[in-house]
Order: sequence, then structure tokens, then C-alpha cells
Amino acid sequence: MSDYILETKGLTKHYGGVHALVDANFTLERGEHVAIMGDNGAGKSTFVRQITGVEQRTRGDVIFDGAPVHFTGPLDAREAGIETVFQTLALADHLNVPDNLFLGREKTKFDWLGPFRILNYKAMRDDTMAGLVKTGVKIPNIKNSIAHMSGGQRQCVAIARTATFASKLTIMDEPTAALGVQETAQVENIIRTLKEQGESLILVSHNMRQVFDLVDRIIVFRRGRMVANLRKEDTNGEDVVSYITGAKTGAEFEGAA
Amino acid sequence: MSDTSEGPSTSDGVGGLTYDKSKRQWPNELNVFAALILIIVIFELLGAIFMQQSLLFDSRDRFDSIFNEARLRIIIIQVAIIGIIAIGVTQVIITAGIDLSSGSVVGATAMIAMSFAQVAQVSGNPNPKAIFGEWALDLPVIVPVFVGLGVGLTAGAINGLLVAYSRIPPFIATLGMMLFARGVAQWWSLGNPVSFPTDAYAVIGSGMNPVFIFLGLAILFHLIMNYTVYGKHTYAIGSNEAAARMSGINVPRHLLLVYMIAGALAGLAAVILTSKNLTAQSGMGLSYELEAIAMAVIGGVSLFGGRGSIIGTGIGALIIGVITSGFTFLRLGAFYQEMVLGMIIVGAVALDQWQQKRAAARA
Repeated sequence: MSDYILETKGLTKHYGGVHALVDANFTLERGEHVAIMGDNGAGKSTFVRQITGVEQRTRGDVIFDGAPVHFTGPLDAREAGIETVFQTLALADHLNVPDNLFLGREKTKFDWLGPFRILNYKAMRDDTMAGLVKTGVKIPNIKNSIAHMSGGQRQCVAIARTATFASKLTIMDEPTAALGVQETAQVENIIRTLKEQGESLILVSHNMRQVFDLVDRIIVFRRGRMVANLRKEDTNGEDVVSYITGAKTGAEFEGAA
Repeated sequence: MSDTSEGPSTSDGVGGLTYDKSKRQWPNELNVFAALILIIVIFELLGAIFMQQSLLFDSRDRFDSIFNEARLRIIIIQVAIIGIIAIGVTQVIITAGIDLSSGSVVGATAMIAMSFAQVAQVSGNPNPKAIFGEWALDLPVIVPVFVGLGVGLTAGAINGLLVAYSRIPPFIATLGMMLFARGVAQWWSLGNPVSFPTDAYAVIGSGMNPVFIFLGLAILFHLIMNYTVYGKHTYAIGSNEAAARMSGINVPRHLLLVYMIAGALAGLAAVILTSKNLTAQSGMGLSYELEAIAMAVIGGVSLFGGRGSIIGTGIGALIIGVITSGFTFLRLGAFYQEMVLGMIIVGAVALDQWQQKRAAARA
């Protein structure tokens, strides 16, 4: 079994003539938390979209859990064990917490009934509770609809999905961008809990403090290319900013950008 | 295991992990039920003041019971048939759609189904209203019932295909079906009524049967909406179609199924209606779609999708029934009744909007 949960080799994405992502060689160890930073349009989200199958890459390889993968869509990636938490929440407002967690992959009984197969509420509730306990998410009443919850609680529900389904890799695309200070703290606590439990994580973030608080390693993208791969101990905020702005480029990436 | 007892410091001091009762939501159906009780109380008061009698209770000792059973029966029978349509319409509205065609589908289905339910002999003479030849007369009752369901299902399937796969807005797709089906109803026998059904067919809608069928279907679909994947996905699509799609739900296929069920229920309503009236006319079901939508909306089904229930619609149907009966009871003209119904529908939606806003502000 490979030490890497995720590896990309020469991952490239062109939108017509625009080279949004060029030759990204990326590795993520099991249990490692890595941040992806960079300016707007640097290729962070493009990179994530290639891994999660939202878009199809122009060329390059993605090796997930030791085997090359070609996800045809986000569902495919989820089936394989990659859970993505988007900035815009993919939650159904009028459903409650377990319903949202299990939407599209409900636990059921009497499957021969086809679309009218019976929901196994108890099993889903138990799994939801286990997932919430694992992430330390507190929800006043999981039977209430999501519409009545704060942005932070909703984001926590989205994150709790990853724990509920024992995913192999969690990707968060700016999970706290739309949240207040206290809600952000809540989400960050959950991320720490995931770390303790050995979940692998890719965190896309603009927040320097958050990144230094939470991750082991920082990857910087600039103009579609990876320009730095920094261990947290070996760098500081100023250093990272100079990579982001282009004042510096990592030695191994020299000539890339 | 991490220390979950401390866990993340939750900002607003929210409590335990499970079912904090104080944080439980108040079911919307209770509000609708309270409205029903309020309306009954108003009619009882008006009845006591102006008519010196009770609307629903047995005030004259005509029966050995507390209630005025005759009136209760009238109330529930008059809403049962449209109530069956409303069960389907409720599901369509929960997906954030609308079905304007159900009334016309009733008209078309009535004509077509009845044509297969006719008797050969009417008091010794050949049936004067026979649509087809000998072969379509005195058929077993199962034939017109299946024809009725089939016609409704087909109309619903066309609605569903238009809405789900061609992305025509539900309002336009079902408006088209509304006009088309009404045209079919008039073309079928060139405006002539289709009459003289077999005895077996006449049983379907006789007596309290429409009520039993309505209640049976209401319970069935209440269970389906709450305890099956179909129900969950129906709510999910109405709540956030993009999220539903991202979660792997086949949204077009599901919408097709929802519209087909609504169509089949309209077809069934047509069978019951023609059986009850012993005749089919091309104008049958006129404005039923609006009454069915009104039942749903009064019952708390949100036109924006995602919210509402079969129970709510059932109570909404009773509210309409009580108001209709109540106005007759008070000997007030039908025009007042329609004015009040209009106000109640707008009021119900306004109240719902206000509650939603308040709930959103609290969260």
C-alpha cells in the first residue's frame, strides 16, 4: 500500500487557450493536512475540480489510494472516498441533519420496492450521531430542518458528512469564507478533530492564520503552477506571501512560473 | 477518541447532541389544524347568533349522536374527489412545480373512461348514448378503471417529460396540457355527455366510497412521503434542486414519476366522479386544479417547494369543505364564499411567508 493517499503527476487543465493548471505534481500522505494557497485565479479551485471529478483534466495522472483514477463526476469521487465540502453549501434546507447527510445514499429496507423502498431512519440517525460525535459537532436537535440553523452549524453538518462516511480524503474549499469569527472557530475545531483521527485533508484557504494553525504543509499556486511546497516549520507568513505574490519561487519549481 | 465532551466551543451555547426538546420545531400542520378549529368556532358562533343552530353538532336531537352526521358527511364527500387530486398536486408543488392540468385531465379522463363503462341495454332498449359498438359495452369494471388510470397516467407522463427533460417551466407545460386535455374532452363525443354506466362501475363512487378512497390514498401517500426514498427525494428536489443533483438523485426521472402519480390520481378522481354522477360531461373538473392547489396552499404546502405535507393538504381540504358548508348553512350566497376563500388563500400564503421570515431571523 502506498504511503500517499493522493498523488498527481503532471496534472494539467486548459480551458480553451487558458492554461488554468499546468503540470501539478502533488503528493499527500495518509493523515496529512495540506493547505493550498494562492491568489484568485492561481489554479487552486481548478486543481480541486480535477481531483474531485467536477471537471475532466486535459492531461496528467491522478493516483488515489494507490491506484490511478478517472472520476467521471463528483459522485464517482465520493464513491471512491473523497468528500468535498464546498463554499456554497450543497444542503437541502428543508431536510433535517440525517436526511442531508444521507441524501442520495439513503439506508433503506425492502429495496425491491424500487423508488418506494423504505427509509431506515434509525440506522441513519445512529450513523449521524456517530459522525457528529466523531467530529465534535453540536447540533441542538438533529431532527430540525437545516433552514433553522446558523451558517456555522450548516457548514458543520456538511463537514460531518465526511466523518459519517469514513472517507479517505476530505477536501474543503474555503470552508469558513462565509462564516463569522465564532463559527469559524467551530469549524477549525472540527478540522483539528479530523487531524487527531488521522483523516487526510486538503484545505483551500486564503486565511494565513488558519492555515498556520491547522495544517502540516503549505502548497502555493501562482498563475496555474505550483510554486512552493513548504513545511509549516520551515516557513512563516511573510515567506508564504512572497511566494503567493511572485516575489519568490521554490527552488524545485525554478523556471516553472 | 478525541475529547468530545468539551468539543468545539459552541458560540451560542447550544446544548446536547440529540433531541433537545426545547429546540424542536413546531409542526406546521398544527397551525393549519388550529385554523380549521378557529373557522369551525366562528361558524358555530355565527350559527348560534343568527340561525339558533349548530353547524357541526347535533342541536336538534335528530340523531342519537353528538355531531350532525349528515352535514359532516356532506362536507367530507364534497372535498373527497378534489382531495384525491390535491394529494397528487401536493407532491408536484413540493418539488417546486405546479400542475394546472388536473381539472382538464379529469374532464378528458371522465369522457374516455366512461366510454368503456357503458351498459348495452337501458330499460330494454339499446344504450342511446353508446360511444363505441357492441364490443365496448358491458365490459368488466376493471376495464374503465384501468383506462381512467391509464389516461391520467399518460397525461401526467407528458407533463413530466416536458417539465423534467425539456426544461419547460411547469406552469407552461401544464397550462398547455390543461387546454389540450379540455379540447380532448370536448372532441371525444363532440360535446355529448357519455352516460349509463354498468352497475359495478356505479358502485365505485356511490355513498361514502369516495371518502374511503380519499382517506386510504391520503394515508398511503402520507406514509410514502415520510418513510420512503421517493418522499425524501421529492422534498429534496423542491428544497434545493442543485444539491439533490449533486447528491446523485436522478432529478428528471424523479420529476417524471411525481407528475405521473399526479396524473394517475386525477384519472382516478375522474373515474370516481363519473361513477358518482352516472354520467360524464366534457366540462367536468372545471377549475378543480385551482381548488386542489388551494387545498394544498391552505394546508401549508409552500409554492416555493420543499415544504408541506399530505396531512396539511387533508386539513386544507376540510377547511374548504367547512367554509363551503358553513356559507350554505348561514344561507349566504356562493359569491361571499368565493370572496372569503380568495382571502383565505392569500392570507395563508402571507402568514406562511411571515413565519418563514421570522424563523430565518431567529436562526
